[in-house]
Amino acid sequence: MTDLLYTDVEESLRSSIRSTLQRSLDEGLPARLADEPETDVSGLWRTLTQQLGLAGLLVPESLGGAGASAREAAVVLEELGRAVAPTPFLTSAVIATTVLLVAGDEENLPALASGERTATLVLPWTARRGAWTPVHGSAEPVAGALGADLFLVPIPGEAGGTSLRAYGRDEVELEPITSLDMTRPLARVTLTGAGTEIVSGASADDAVDAALAAGAALLASEQLGLAQWCLETTVQYAGTRTQFARPIGSFQAIKHRLADLYLLLVGTQAAARQAAGTLADGGDAHELSIAQATAQAFCSDAAVHAAEEALQLHGGIGMTWEAPVHTRLKRAKADQLALGTPDRHRSDLAQLVHLPAS
Amino acid sequence: MTDLQQRVEQLLASHDPTTTEPADFLGAQFDAGLAWVHFPEGKGGLSLARGRQLEVDALLEAARAPRPDVARNSIGLGMAAPTLLAYGSEELQQRHLRSLFACTEIWCQLFSEPGAGSDLAAVATRAVPDGDEWVIDGQKVWTSGAHGADFAILLARTDTSVPKHAGMTYFVVDMADPGIEVRPLRQITGEAEFNEVFLTGARVHDGNRVGAVGQGWAVATTTLNNERVAIGAGADREAGQIGLVTERWRTDPSVRTPGTHAELLRWWVETEVTRLAGERLRQSLEAGQPGPESSAMKLAFAHQAQKVSGFALELAPEEGLTYHDWTMVSPERGSFLGHGPGYRYLRAKGNSIEGGTSEIMRNVIAERVLGLPPDHRPDKGIAFKDVPR
Repeated sequence: MTDLLYTDVEESLRSSIRSTLQRSLDEGLPARLADEPETDVSGLWRTLTQQLGLAGLLVPESLGGAGASAREAAVVLEELGRAVAPTPFLTSAVIATTVLLVAGDEENLPALASGERTATLVLPWTARRGAWTPVHGSAEPVAGALGADLFLVPIPGEAGGTSLRAYGRDEVELEPITSLDMTRPLARVTLTGAGTEIVSGASADDAVDAALAAGAALLASEQLGLAQWCLETTVQYAGTRTQFARPIGSFQAIKHRLADLYLLLVGTQAAARQAAGTLADGGDAHELSIAQATAQAFCSDAAVHAAEEALQLHGGIGMTWEAPVHTRLKRAKADQLALGTPDRHRSDLAQLVHLPAS
Repeated sequence: MTDLQQRVEQLLASHDPTTTEPADFLGAQFDAGLAWVHFPEGKGGLSLARGRQLEVDALLEAARAPRPDVARNSIGLGMAAPTLLAYGSEELQQRHLRSLFACTEIWCQLFSEPGAGSDLAAVATRAVPDGDEWVIDGQKVWTSGAHGADFAILLARTDTSVPKHAGMTYFVVDMADPGIEVRPLRQITGEAEFNEVFLTGARVHDGNRVGAVGQGWAVATTTLNNERVAIGAGADREAGQIGLVTERWRTDPSVRTPGTHAELLRWWVETEVTRLAGERLRQSLEAGQPGPESSAMKLAFAHQAQKVSGFALELAPEEGLTYHDWTMVSPERGSFLGHGPGYRYLRAKGNSIEGGTSEIMRNVIAERVLGLPPDHRPDKGIAFKDVPR
């Protein structure tokens, strides 16, 4: 059975990231990005990369990375999710990095591992394993494209299969899209150059599928961290906000909702750890897929519910631009739609566990 | 081969699991320290981590060895044993732990009363000292299995002049005492799994007291935390109600509709996630005693058992309209999965009431796990005898 707990090493990684984020991320930044989308946020990523080596976490040491596993990457995502930090960790250090690792490309990985460059997989952000099509000329909405240096694009190959190609910044045109979640802004990516082929055919498909699966598996941990922030912040608020001469958290109407939310997060944490743990263990592919689809089907909705509960239980304050709750709601809702909606992951599960629709 | 595996091999070699009487086999398992490996030596254990019991159980299962009858003796195995270990005297532990594990002693729980349900600390059953004995008078209710029990764990009031939580004491009671009368209580399934128990001048020796006089609430809390683990645990994918539904789905295409498919998958995911959460809780409990976090698992289990068993009726409506048998019986053991779908649907309704209602579980989580401020309690700090009732 996969270890669903956290190791001491993982806990210490968590506290390093949390304290770095507390120092380096202005709490008002996530909301400000809606008004000032041009804000340069690369400094935060540089800090996380230079001080903690996050960019190369999943890259082997021989290629300049840390050689860590999906378990550590999951802990990083929990912390980034809590803070809705605008960083390319998921899109570059997890998804694009997995594309290159599985494709066997060693040329681009050292620059990604050092944080010198960032990359993204150019597919609609709703794509999931086994449910994407090669890009014809342009794709949208693509996450992690704005600010990226390297664009990994599966396009139709000449022989009929997929050609997975790398494009430089000067070989694509980017149009920013006003996004529901401006902390992970989306863009339309149009290919203007020829790019360089990395792999083709089944190897290209495998690399893209593996990257989308890893992204879905670890997105669950981002959702977990975000949901935990919602619960903790709301518990704190309910313990201090007074009405009818009592803290509102002493009313059962509030207590029971927060207890239910806690229960939901107990499940979210287990599902997210199972997805991360099985991905790190690299065991049976079928079990891996079940864990990923289960985690996405569950954690996506859980994070949205956590953010919605946080908003309601904060009352009018929660509805304001000034309070940070809306930044979590926007990320949670966008995450729910990203890398496959819960409904689509349930459809995948129906196949995986032999519960056919008809 | 680890020491633990060697011990299991030795047990199996000296007591052929296929021919040894179950009680004898279980007694030998206890003597070998393989009953609860996290208990101390001489008390059914080896002072190992709690989680290593899984290794033992897997090996014994593979050898088709007799297992303790958990359904019949859930109170003894799941609650009395850990409570006796934590608070019982050496003599009580020696007298009961082995026979309880061998299921030659069946136990029940005398906690709830007509006036003390969710507010368990309001128990009014009195225990009055008389020489080296206590005389017990009162009424208990919802006592599962009292009709077949040899012993009971009892929570009684020993001091009414202090606030309610401070005036209770915990005892082991012999159900054969002439002062104890058990009357069946029929429930919505038609069966009488539980009973009313009347205690009229029942006598308990002071040596059967568990913990100090006035410490009953702390002792009972240990029992209840273990109860919630016992109720909340489950290991295999698709175990429980969901497994019955998925089996039907896979073998009978006539039940498949788009609406039920969507619902089936939702329950599949929820029950799978609860299974993983149970596994995660088990991993974190391996070293220590269960805390209030186990309340969360009970909540999830109750909710899902109720919803999935109700869904099962809709999935096969013609069958759902029937019922296996309304004849009143007092079954030897409780069953969540037995009989027909109608029984399972009705029995599951108790899951959110027995062992602490889901509403009380939510209070426990909110106050003891999340640290939210306590509710307004008019009986706080007031002597039990002065609390309006």
